[in-house]
Amino acid sequence: MSLRNKKLFLLCLATLAGLFVLQFLLSDYLVLAFTRILILAVFAMGYNVLMGYTGLVSLGHAMFFGAGVYGAGLCSYYLGTSLPVAFLAGILAAIALSFLIGLLALRTQTVSFMIVTLMFSQAAFLLILYFSEFTGGDQGLTLPTSARSFSLFGLAVDMTSGVARYNLALSVFGVVLLGLFAFTQGPVGRLLIAVRENEDRTRMLGFDTYAIKLLAFTVSGGISGVAGALYGLMFGYIGSAFAEFKISIEALLFTLVGGPGSLLGPLVGTGLMTLLIDRLSGVTTAYLIVVGALLVVLTLWFPKGILGSLRDRWLPWLK
Amino acid sequence: MDIAPYLLLATLEGLVQASVLMLTALGLSLVFGVMRVVNVAHGEFFMLGAVAAWVCASLIPGPPYVPFIAALLVAPLFVGALAWASDWAILKRIDYNPEATIVSTIGLMYIIQQMTLITFGPDAQAVEAPFYYTVRFPWFGYSGYKFFIIAVAVVLVGGLLYLLRHSKVGLYMRATQLDRETAQNFGIPVTKVYSGVFAVGAMLAAIGGVLVVPSQQAHYLMGHDPLLLSFVVVIVGGLGSIPGTIAAAILIGMSDGLLSVFFSPTLAKIFSTLLVALVLVFRPQGLFGKAGR
Repeated sequence: MSLRNKKLFLLCLATLAGLFVLQFLLSDYLVLAFTRILILAVFAMGYNVLMGYTGLVSLGHAMFFGAGVYGAGLCSYYLGTSLPVAFLAGILAAIALSFLIGLLALRTQTVSFMIVTLMFSQAAFLLILYFSEFTGGDQGLTLPTSARSFSLFGLAVDMTSGVARYNLALSVFGVVLLGLFAFTQGPVGRLLIAVRENEDRTRMLGFDTYAIKLLAFTVSGGISGVAGALYGLMFGYIGSAFAEFKISIEALLFTLVGGPGSLLGPLVGTGLMTLLIDRLSGVTTAYLIVVGALLVVLTLWFPKGILGSLRDRWLPWLK
Repeated sequence: MDIAPYLLLATLEGLVQASVLMLTALGLSLVFGVMRVVNVAHGEFFMLGAVAAWVCASLIPGPPYVPFIAALLVAPLFVGALAWASDWAILKRIDYNPEATIVSTIGLMYIIQQMTLITFGPDAQAVEAPFYYTVRFPWFGYSGYKFFIIAVAVVLVGGLLYLLRHSKVGLYMRATQLDRETAQNFGIPVTKVYSGVFAVGAMLAAIGGVLVVPSQQAHYLMGHDPLLLSFVVVIVGGLGSIPGTIAAAILIGMSDGLLSVFFSPTLAKIFSTLLVALVLVFRPQGLFGKAGR
C-alpha cells in the first residue's frame, strides 16, 4: 500500500515520539498539564474533522464531549463496570448521540446549523441539570476508588499515577491521530474537503453530500466522546461543567488557533491555549476575556491559524 | 375560590415580560433582517443597559425618577456607541460573513461580560423603581411601574414601525434588507445603514435592560436568558420578520410565565431550546412565516 502524504505521516510519528520523550523531561505538574492537553487535543481533533475538513462550524460539541463523560462515568458509577467497558460505553453514547443530532442538524446550513447545534447542546446541558439526582448536576459525581484502576490483557493500570495517566492519554492520542491520518488523507478526506469547498458541485458529481456530512458529523462527535470518556474516567469525576457552552467554544478556539483543516493544528492550538489559560486563571478570575479577545482577533486577522498559515506560506503538505 | 384574579395577575405579568421581550427581540430581529447576521452579544447589550441603570442610580442623587430618566437616555446612547464601535472595528472588517460574525460576537460577548465582572464585581445590584404607584384591583394592588413598562414598549415599538414604514431612513433599511447590492446601486449608503441598524438593535436591548432592572437585579450574567428568549421569539416568528417577531414576543412572553408556573424554570428552558432547534430544522421560515420560494 502506498502511503499518501509521507511527510505528514513522518511528522506525526516524530510528534508522537517527541511527546513520549517529554514525560522524562517535564516536572510532575507539567506532566499533568500535558495529560490534559493530550486529551483535550483529541477533542479538538474530533472537532476539526467537522469544522476544519468539512467546513461545518458546530457550536454544540460540548454535548458529545459530555456524552462521553456521562456515558462512561454513569456506567462506571452505577453499574460498576470495569474502566475499559465504561470507556467503550462512553464512546458508543457519543456516536449514537452525534448520529441522531447529525440527522436533524444537517438539514440546516451555515448560521442555522450553528444555532441548531448550540440549542441542542444547551438542551443536553439543561437535561443534565434537570436530572441532577441521577447525574450529580453541577456538583458532579466522584467515581469510587474501585474505579480508579483496571487491568487489561494482564497489564495493570493505576489511574492515580501521573505517569500511567500520561502514557494512557498518549496512547489514545496516538491511535486517534493515526486513525485520523488514514481518514483525512485518503479518499474520504478528499470528499470532506470537496464538501467544504463547494457542496453543490460535489453533489453534481454524484456524491451524496448529506451522507458525507453525516459521516463527518458522527466521526467528529464520536472522537469528541473518546476525549470526554477518557477525561471523566482518568480524573474520576463527572459533572455538568463538561457539557457547558464554554467547552464547545474551547474546541472551536483550540482548532482556530492551531489551524482548521490541518491534522496537527488542534494539538498545537490546545497546547498553547491550555498553558495560557492555566497561567491566566491563576492571575485573574476573568480569564474568559482573553478567550473572547482571541476569538475576535483570530477571525479578524488570523483565520487560518498557526499551521494553516505555515501551510499557505511554506509547507503545502501540512494538511 | 375564584380563578379570575389569578388569571388577571398571570396575564399582567405575562404582558410585562412580553413588552421587555418585544424590545429585546426586535433589536435582534432588526439586525438579522437587514444585515443577515446573528448577534450573539445581544444579551450583553441588554445586561449593559441594566448595569448602566444601576450606575446612574448610585451616582445621581435626588428622587429615584431622576436617575431613571437619566438612565433611559444614557444607557441606549452608551450601548449604541459601543455597538457602533464594534461594528466598525470587527463586523465591517470581516465583511459581515455570517459564520465569522457569530464567532466574533461570541468573543465580544465574553469581552463585555468579563469587563463588567472586573469593573463592577460579581454581586447582583438592586435598583429602586422610579415611582411607586399602586393600581388597585378589587382583589389585589399591582405596581403602576409595570404598566409604565408596557406603555414604553408599546410607544417605542409603534414608533419604530412607523419609522420603518413611513420615513426615508426606514425606506433605506427596507431596501437594504431586500437587496443589498441593488440598494447600493441606487445610492443608498449601505455601510452606514448597517452600522446604524446594529447600533439601534443594541439600543433597543439596552432600553429593555433599563426597564427591567427595578424588578430584576443587575448582574453580569443576566444577559443569557434574554438572549435565549429573543432567539426563540425571532426564530419562531420567522427570521427577520418584524410583525412575526412582535406576535411571537407576545405569545412567548405570555406563555413563558405560565410555563414557569406549571413546570420548573429548567424544564421551561429545555422546552424553549428544543423549540428553537426543531423549528429551524423543520420550519426554517418560522412557525408563522410563509414558505419562501
